[in-house]
Amino acid sequence: MAIKQTKGKLSNDHDLTQYPMKLAQHMITTAVILAGFAIAGTGLVAFTYKATQGKIAEAERDALLRSLHSVVKPEKHDNQLFADLKLVTSPRLLGSEKPMPAFRARKNGEPVAVILTAIAPDGYNGDIKLLIGINYDGTLSGVRVLTHRETPGLGDDIEMRRSDWILGFNGHSMENPSHKQWKVKRDGGYFDQFTGATITPRAVVKAVHNALQYYAQHKDELFQ
Amino acid sequence: MSTDIRKISLDGLWHNNPGLVQLLGLCPLLAVSNTAINALGLGLATTLVLIGSNATVSAIRHIVRPELRIPVFVLVIASFVTIIEYLTKAFFYDLFTILGIFLPLITTNCAIIARAEAFASKNNVFHSLIDGLMMGLGFAAVLLLLGALREIIGQGTLFADAHLMFGENARWLTITFIEDYRGFLLAILPPGAFLGLGFIIAGKNYIDKQQKRKAAQQIYAIEGSTQTST
Repeated sequence: MAIKQTKGKLSNDHDLTQYPMKLAQHMITTAVILAGFAIAGTGLVAFTYKATQGKIAEAERDALLRSLHSVVKPEKHDNQLFADLKLVTSPRLLGSEKPMPAFRARKNGEPVAVILTAIAPDGYNGDIKLLIGINYDGTLSGVRVLTHRETPGLGDDIEMRRSDWILGFNGHSMENPSHKQWKVKRDGGYFDQFTGATITPRAVVKAVHNALQYYAQHKDELFQ
Repeated sequence: MSTDIRKISLDGLWHNNPGLVQLLGLCPLLAVSNTAINALGLGLATTLVLIGSNATVSAIRHIVRPELRIPVFVLVIASFVTIIEYLTKAFFYDLFTILGIFLPLITTNCAIIARAEAFASKNNVFHSLIDGLMMGLGFAAVLLLLGALREIIGQGTLFADAHLMFGENARWLTITFIEDYRGFLLAILPPGAFLGLGFIIAGKNYIDKQQKRKAAQQIYAIEGSTQTST
């Protein structure tokens, strides 16, 4: 087969260099064939994109709504959560230089809760992205981990499907426990850590505390 | 014709298995085999890409000049991968979030371009299709086996999160072998993938060797019997 390929009429470069016209022609046809494939390939991809776009947007929205509803129950609000969002930036308290979405839950137009997205930058293995639901009165309605890269089997107990540790935040607020107690037990605080992993829960506790502080400082702004 | 298909199938599934013999596409093989469902998802996606790219490459093999073949193959493969990625995102969104970067990275799975170059560019569409299917299934089978092994040893479950792929009705597929198992970290972490694959390859080589010995014994026996009869 290899022999057959090098025998190809026009692929023998040696001959072609002696005939500039033929070389030019060869280059043009080659380019045209490649362009043809590029157009066909891109066309096919573009077509699939168009065809699946709506479905993908729907799937993304469903997934987002499902995680939002895990921190603020669907019956507590009557507005469209993903449509009622505000971008907020606080590198110090929300853990990211980038604007983070804050979703507002309202019932009959009255503010019920806000769901902050925050990053705990000091996980064992990089960023831990959190969804933190805070009731209007400042108590936590729920916390969930969106993405993380903690060690499987050790740090991933922060995930709901691995353990219910993350539910331990429910109902707590800035004042409960006190400022000093917003730590894991190992550091003399209130919250449990896991056996074998202190860094991960420590990072999450700190991020939740920071988010509560952000909420306290920006409460009115957040609902505007 | 049918012997061709038999040979192509056996090559893909066993004798020339991309995961066990050619050792191609190891990066996704090792990275996504931490649970059986992840492995199955990536294995099926790779199979679909292989079938599509093999058939297309074979269909255009007379148009594409030798000097153009690599860019055109890459283009074909990349297009198929992107299409599969969109489809997964649209219909299996949760699986898509787990497979993450490894779905677009199917493009760089050398098993696929190797099949395009070594088989599809020299054979007819039908045979290339079969080759794509069998190579894909061979790869998926190794992925699934490794995924299942690592999941059982690492987490004590099998087919956990089956609903990500087959919908909510498939939750019953999940088998828990050991209740309240705290897990064996080594199996889930990357070293577990290397160890597991090593054992599977060793197992395959052992079976091959046994069969060869048996075949040799049979020949010997036949020769012996013919000798005594004469």
